[in-house]
Amino acid sequence: MGRERDTQKMQQQVSFTVEQLVTVNPYNPDILPDLENYVNEQVSSETYSLDANLCLLRLYQFEPERLSTQIVARILVKALMAMPAPDFSLCLFLIPERVQMEEQFKTLIVLSHYLETGRFRQFWDEAAKSRHIVEAVPGFEQAIQSYAIHLLSLTYQKVPRSVLAEAINIEGLSLDKFLEQQMATCGWSIEKGHGKGQLIVLPSNEFNHPELKKNAADSVPLEHITRIFPILG
Amino acid sequence: MATAYEYDDATAAAANYDDQAGPQRQDLGYDPNFVPDSVKSFVVHLYRHIREKNVYEIHQMYETSFQTLSERLFKETPWPSVDAVAHYVDNDHVFCLLYREMWFRHLYARLSPTLKQRIDSWDNYCSLFQVVLHGVVNMQLPNQWLWDMVDEFVYQFQSFCQYRAKMKTKTEQEIALLRQHDQAWNVYGVLNFLQALVEKSMIIQILEQEKEGLEQFTYTDGYDYNGGSNVLKVLGYFSMVGLLRVHCLLGDYHTGLKCLLPIDISQQGVYTSVIGSHITTIYHYGFANLMLRRYVDAIREFNKILLYIYKTKQYHQKSPQYEQILKKNEQMYALLAICLSLCPQVKLVEETVNSQLREKYGEKMIRMQRYDDEAFAIYDELFSYACPKFITPSAPSFEEPLVNYNQDAYRLQLKLFLYEVKQQQLLSGVRTFLKVYSTISLAKLANYMEVDEPTLRTILMTYKHKTHAVDSEGKIISNADVDFYIDDDMIHVIESKPLKRYGDYFLRQIVKLEGVINDMDRIKLD
Repeated sequence: MGRERDTQKMQQQVSFTVEQLVTVNPYNPDILPDLENYVNEQVSSETYSLDANLCLLRLYQFEPERLSTQIVARILVKALMAMPAPDFSLCLFLIPERVQMEEQFKTLIVLSHYLETGRFRQFWDEAAKSRHIVEAVPGFEQAIQSYAIHLLSLTYQKVPRSVLAEAINIEGLSLDKFLEQQMATCGWSIEKGHGKGQLIVLPSNEFNHPELKKNAADSVPLEHITRIFPILG
Repeated sequence: MATAYEYDDATAAAANYDDQAGPQRQDLGYDPNFVPDSVKSFVVHLYRHIREKNVYEIHQMYETSFQTLSERLFKETPWPSVDAVAHYVDNDHVFCLLYREMWFRHLYARLSPTLKQRIDSWDNYCSLFQVVLHGVVNMQLPNQWLWDMVDEFVYQFQSFCQYRAKMKTKTEQEIALLRQHDQAWNVYGVLNFLQALVEKSMIIQILEQEKEGLEQFTYTDGYDYNGGSNVLKVLGYFSMVGLLRVHCLLGDYHTGLKCLLPIDISQQGVYTSVIGSHITTIYHYGFANLMLRRYVDAIREFNKILLYIYKTKQYHQKSPQYEQILKKNEQMYALLAICLSLCPQVKLVEETVNSQLREKYGEKMIRMQRYDDEAFAIYDELFSYACPKFITPSAPSFEEPLVNYNQDAYRLQLKLFLYEVKQQQLLSGVRTFLKVYSTISLAKLANYMEVDEPTLRTILMTYKHKTHAVDSEGKIISNADVDFYIDDDMIHVIESKPLKRYGDYFLRQIVKLEGVINDMDRIKLD
């Protein structure tokens, strides 16, 4: 028991040190092995650090003979899981073209393309064919489902069940269970759609309910108010 | 009298410009040891002004006298060698480093540097920066000069990478020299120097403390009025812009913007005290945001700087930076045209800037929004014209066959950019319809757009995704000019009302009224 906790504590210390390295001493070829280990750690502990991964991709750019395609592939899968953030593109900008031509990277680029263009059915089909790439990273499925729900929440006030099912790749009884969970924790609700089946009512946000949009243009920064404090006082 | 400078790569590689004897004059076509009286006077006065910390005079000599003499005497030849002038300035080590810095900058601007000269320039920057980093410098130099040092440093790095990547035409001597001096303009060296300047100057902490009123930096334009030196602090400050630039050249836009973060570009600052620095900062900031799909941020900043240049460029007509200013101005109009074609938020653009934009790119912007093959060709053209000169930072392979790979980095960035544009292909069609309807069923819109319903759903989600960017703090911000939401199978278009700004209006009126009351109080009634 004690040893497990020690390893955990050591891991926390190691990740603290790597983040420090990236901030304080990023342009240093000696930290390459630490950064590679950190990628593997992000995969196994389901954490993520864009800065550390970009730092590593830069070092690979400086010394291409040290590039590990396996590590790069893992970085890209992690970046995909960060959607809607554009991390995947940010990583591609740093990876040489000839590396991007390799099969596994072409597949990842196709997967990214499907996600960028909302083509979830094609995405899940392709992901099923490339299990070896995506199953190597725990949490992948949940991360993509999370992105899908994000996109649906931007777009729909009420979404047909079939559309939701296709987006998150869950059907039948599993979907029922999933919906129950979401209703209990995230404020989802279900209505009857006209004739065709269920309609899932997504929580209101400023993107699918225009009346909730804060008129940001009219908010006044505090610094401006401080200028009239002498007058008000 | 300056004769035409005969340029011979082989001789140049062998020659060392800094210890010439008379007999070599024939090979070079000029005498590096000949010091005209005007140059002697120049260095003597400049040296004195630096010792006396007379920043105004230094600036005059640096900006004006140096240019005038270059134009008159050194149009096609380098300035006299540092060894020839050293004894006029007490052989002062630091002055000689500064002189050489100007010497190389002049060479790069007017002539084509040889490999040996590139390496020597690197050595000079190393010596100069090391002196500054050791904190033994007590000069005050004009911001213009300090900016030029950082700017030139990054420029020469970029130039070296481009040069090194053209392996096909390299001679045996050049290859041998490259192998021998693999530290010169090494990417690690360049980045670490810039980083060291930022760190040693403690500029980030200074700027933080300034916000709390505990430090004065911006207020004094970076100058030190307490008898100290501004050199390390200001070089550290400008190095943040230097780091942004280098990271953009590498294609790492996220980190580049992070390096710039300590500088608040919504305000004036030391970065606006030199026009070259102002333009370089905003150009790279805008470009990085374009690549990060934060189109609104890019448009806002390009708009501000283009308006500023429009109003002030007449004052810079005589300055040596004028050509660069004009060039960057044109490039930023091209980038603005790209941003507005991908994110048509014309109301963000000032009237003057908008009319200039229509003049230069109005026709092309119409064609870009058609998203056909011709459109992609125009995106390609504008991007290629306006983008930074991307570099491949790694050392070349010296194995046969030698290839030119100087275009690789640019080609990759262009390819990825066009890929992104293609993904947005169907969005302008959606926009057109959404502008016309307040509600429309999915079935009807699918019919008009000649796609099936499931495809339309994916197109609409793509629209939402591409128009809602993720900002640096992970928040979602909408770039959309036209927006909508879907209720089951009905699309509801969201009308965007023009925003009335009451807060600013009230603040202004409060201050004004206070002023009037104060004035009235001052009136003495007898």
